[in-house]
Amino acid sequence: MGGVAAIALVLGGSPEGALSSPMSYLRTLGPRADPATVLLWGMIALSLAVVAIIAVAVAAGIVARRRPGSVDSFADLPAQRGTGGLAWFWVGMPLTVIALVGILVWTVAVLATIDSPKARPRLTLEVTGRQWWWQVRYLSDNPAEIFVTANEIHIPTGEPVLVKLVSADVIHSFWAPVLTGKTDAIPGQINVAWLQADRPGRYHGECAEFCGIEHARMGLDVIAESPATFEAWRRGEMRPAVTPSSALEATGEEVFAVHCAVCHSVRGMGLPVVRRAGEHGIVGPDLTHLMSRETLAAGTVPNTIGGLSGWIGNPQALKLGAQMPKTYLSGSELQAVVRYLETLR
Amino acid sequence: MTTAWEDARRPRIVAIDGDFPGARLQRMWETAPGLKGWISSVDHKEIGKRYIVTAFVFLILGGIEAMVMRWQLAAPNQTLLTPEQYDQLFTIHGVTMIFLYSSPILTGFSNFLWPLLLGSRDMAFPRLNALSYWIYLAAGVFIYAGFVTGNGPNDGWFNYVPYAAKTYNPGINIDVYALGLILLGISTTVGSANFVVTFLRTRAPGMSINRVPILTWGTLTASVANLLAVPSVSLAFFLLWMDRQFGTQFFTADKGQPLIWQHLFWMFGHPWVYAIVLPAMGMVSDALPTFCRRPLVGYTPVALATVATMALGFGVWVHHMFATGLPSLALSFFSGASLIITLPSAVAVFAWTATIWTGRPVIRTAFLFFASMIVLFVIGGVSGVMTGSTPVDWQLTQTYFIVAHIHYVLIGINVFPVAGAIYYWFPKMTGRLLDERLGQWNFWTMFVGFNLGFFPMHIVGLMGMPRRIYSYAPEMGWGPMNLVISLGALLFAIGVLLLVVNVAVSLKRGCLAGPNPWGAPTLEWSIPSPPPPYNFAVIPTIESRHPLWEHWLNESPAPSRLTEGLLLDRGRETIATTPFDAEPNLILEMPADSFAPFILSCGLSLGFAATLFHLWWVAALGGLIVIGALVDWFWPRRVHADMEAANG
Repeated sequence: MGGVAAIALVLGGSPEGALSSPMSYLRTLGPRADPATVLLWGMIALSLAVVAIIAVAVAAGIVARRRPGSVDSFADLPAQRGTGGLAWFWVGMPLTVIALVGILVWTVAVLATIDSPKARPRLTLEVTGRQWWWQVRYLSDNPAEIFVTANEIHIPTGEPVLVKLVSADVIHSFWAPVLTGKTDAIPGQINVAWLQADRPGRYHGECAEFCGIEHARMGLDVIAESPATFEAWRRGEMRPAVTPSSALEATGEEVFAVHCAVCHSVRGMGLPVVRRAGEHGIVGPDLTHLMSRETLAAGTVPNTIGGLSGWIGNPQALKLGAQMPKTYLSGSELQAVVRYLETLR
Repeated sequence: MTTAWEDARRPRIVAIDGDFPGARLQRMWETAPGLKGWISSVDHKEIGKRYIVTAFVFLILGGIEAMVMRWQLAAPNQTLLTPEQYDQLFTIHGVTMIFLYSSPILTGFSNFLWPLLLGSRDMAFPRLNALSYWIYLAAGVFIYAGFVTGNGPNDGWFNYVPYAAKTYNPGINIDVYALGLILLGISTTVGSANFVVTFLRTRAPGMSINRVPILTWGTLTASVANLLAVPSVSLAFFLLWMDRQFGTQFFTADKGQPLIWQHLFWMFGHPWVYAIVLPAMGMVSDALPTFCRRPLVGYTPVALATVATMALGFGVWVHHMFATGLPSLALSFFSGASLIITLPSAVAVFAWTATIWTGRPVIRTAFLFFASMIVLFVIGGVSGVMTGSTPVDWQLTQTYFIVAHIHYVLIGINVFPVAGAIYYWFPKMTGRLLDERLGQWNFWTMFVGFNLGFFPMHIVGLMGMPRRIYSYAPEMGWGPMNLVISLGALLFAIGVLLLVVNVAVSLKRGCLAGPNPWGAPTLEWSIPSPPPPYNFAVIPTIESRHPLWEHWLNESPAPSRLTEGLLLDRGRETIATTPFDAEPNLILEMPADSFAPFILSCGLSLGFAATLFHLWWVAALGGLIVIGALVDWFWPRRVHADMEAANG
């Protein structure tokens, strides 16, 4: 067991460890992920023990039993029926059965524990997998409290949150390793997952089902905040967008209405939007509170002025194959629209 | 084509005496020289070797694809490949290794070995055997034609819908894959049927089913599984092709059900995984004891475990779908089944280890490959157990942990035994031994390279690296581990290259092997290396599991008779025996060499290629060629043995 402890230390023991990663699930937080993590460590330990036993048995067998000297011709080596071989079955098989039954019982127990949350979740989200980003809708019985955001999922700490998973196109898989294992988002069906963060923090996730050419750039973040901070954020998100307060911002809004609003929505925008039949402004993320998010394009680009300008100017250079086409804006148009987007806090 | 035993004749029992009856048989069984003979041959040994060479070429192609991907992933944010190129690469790599290498290489060995192991002169249906090879080759070329023109499959070998649907994948990429796999399915099906009948009917007299080598149990079990599993995937691909071409709605989200694809695919896919390891495990069960100079410990448990693995293998497919939102009760059942399937595998591991401990191993390259396989098998096995536990799998699935697992399974339990089998049976195939010194280098390079390249994948998987991503950001912390993986993979590739070098060098300059260089117990070693076209001059009679070790083991009251036996020399003939006890009861008239299998597969390939482009008239022409070849195939021919019997 000493070896296992040493490996544990190296692999996941400390956040600064050589092999740590924001995506590692060797250390998890919260009642959805933790029971499975304990089981994972138990199985790692058992697996290493089994491999060590068999590897030593094979290697020692070869060393102990190898025929001494060099063998030139097999014809002179008689074959014999050695005895005692069956003892390996009598010892090995019962041990194997015990180990497997133990794992099975443990597995079913963990499954029963994490299948659904202990308390009834107060918050329900609908997360839609899209090529290649996540649309997040905060559901509520009160229609006025429903709002949509993207890629960054804010949740309150200390309580379970229900996640309804759907897909708008192909199969994706929702995965935030520190908080929960994977649940697929499959078109035509609604899958339900839940997660709970007991400590505030930013927990990274990735799409875990191959979903096309930018599958590698479909990140998400779960941002767990104290209930008060979360509530403040939620109130902020429910508000419509601010009205432009300068000429440059107003120009930017116009540019947005003409060039961007076919795919993107900004709630409460004052200008009419020209959309053809079948266009609903939901191909791309809702941008009403764009500036409350830290990254763009599902974790691909930092949400800074430079990042935003670069992304709007040529998305394909940053995320080849993204649904957002290259926009042909003049320098001043680009500057105006970025200025406008910056007001969307 | 058969003559009833009682009615026609009872063959004489004669002893081999110099050229008698070999010289006469040689004339009857020999394949014509040149291209004509090459295309028309139905000799199982030729077909087996072709399978092995072709599959090995695919192994090398798949390896090159892997190395390009490892270059891309060796460090964060590399741009050697575009995303689409990467997707086509990982897809063709999977398709190549799983469909065009793993299974065909074992089919090749079984094809070459079965009649030699069973004391027969050929497979039950020699022309079907040739057909199976030609269609396999055609399907491989078909899929690769798509790949090299940039139209290769790009949705992974698992090909999940709806990304594989026309809406999201408008090119012909997926159609190439769908039609290619249906074509390959025909090859697998006819090949499997051939193995089943060969096992049941063409064993030498006295070789009851408790005396056959474990390899034949492995291939028999895999073949039965293929007959049951391949229809599932062929159907799935056919329905998908219909969805794509004619707007049917089997897998659409509105009117169909995308998840049905996964059920159909994995109902095939999981049994297939066992089908591509069981024969390789059989090779180890047969050949490892030769080096330990003792019979395998626990023949009966191992044979039963082989069959049990396959039976259970049909009840575990949902463990590929734990995250798809199925009810927990169902997941618990499939978790249980996926854990229990470990038991028969454990039987094999204990049997091999016990064989080493109770034997006196002679260390040769082949032995090293077989013995190391035990450990690799256990590593792939325990990581499989981990993924069989649903809550743990919710984290592990779709990460590099799974990539590590599948490679320990497929390389550990397929490539390593196959490499060992090449060292072990190369002398039988060519008459020459592979170089032992180069062999040791070959083994250690592959062993170290493999573990260096693939063990860290477990760790980077536990660090959360998803599969099937063409690039990753440096802040994920996966960079250093990926560099180690890429270097290990490079070393492993060099190891495989050493195997190729050894084969190339030893073909001309290897030591002459003689009939039985390993002092091995089974029938293939009782005849010259390489074997004559008719395999056995007289049909042997078998009295034990180890006909060539009887003088040491005293297993049977009477010795097997290898140098005297049934004389079947009135044309291409072999003996048919009863399925369980192997009592001889029929003389089988074996077909002459024939162009029909080659022409049939040409017609079939033409039909499939034309179908891809909706050239229906050309497809019809392909169909006509197929019918023409079948008419020739079934055309009644003069039964030469009866004529001779009547005359003389």
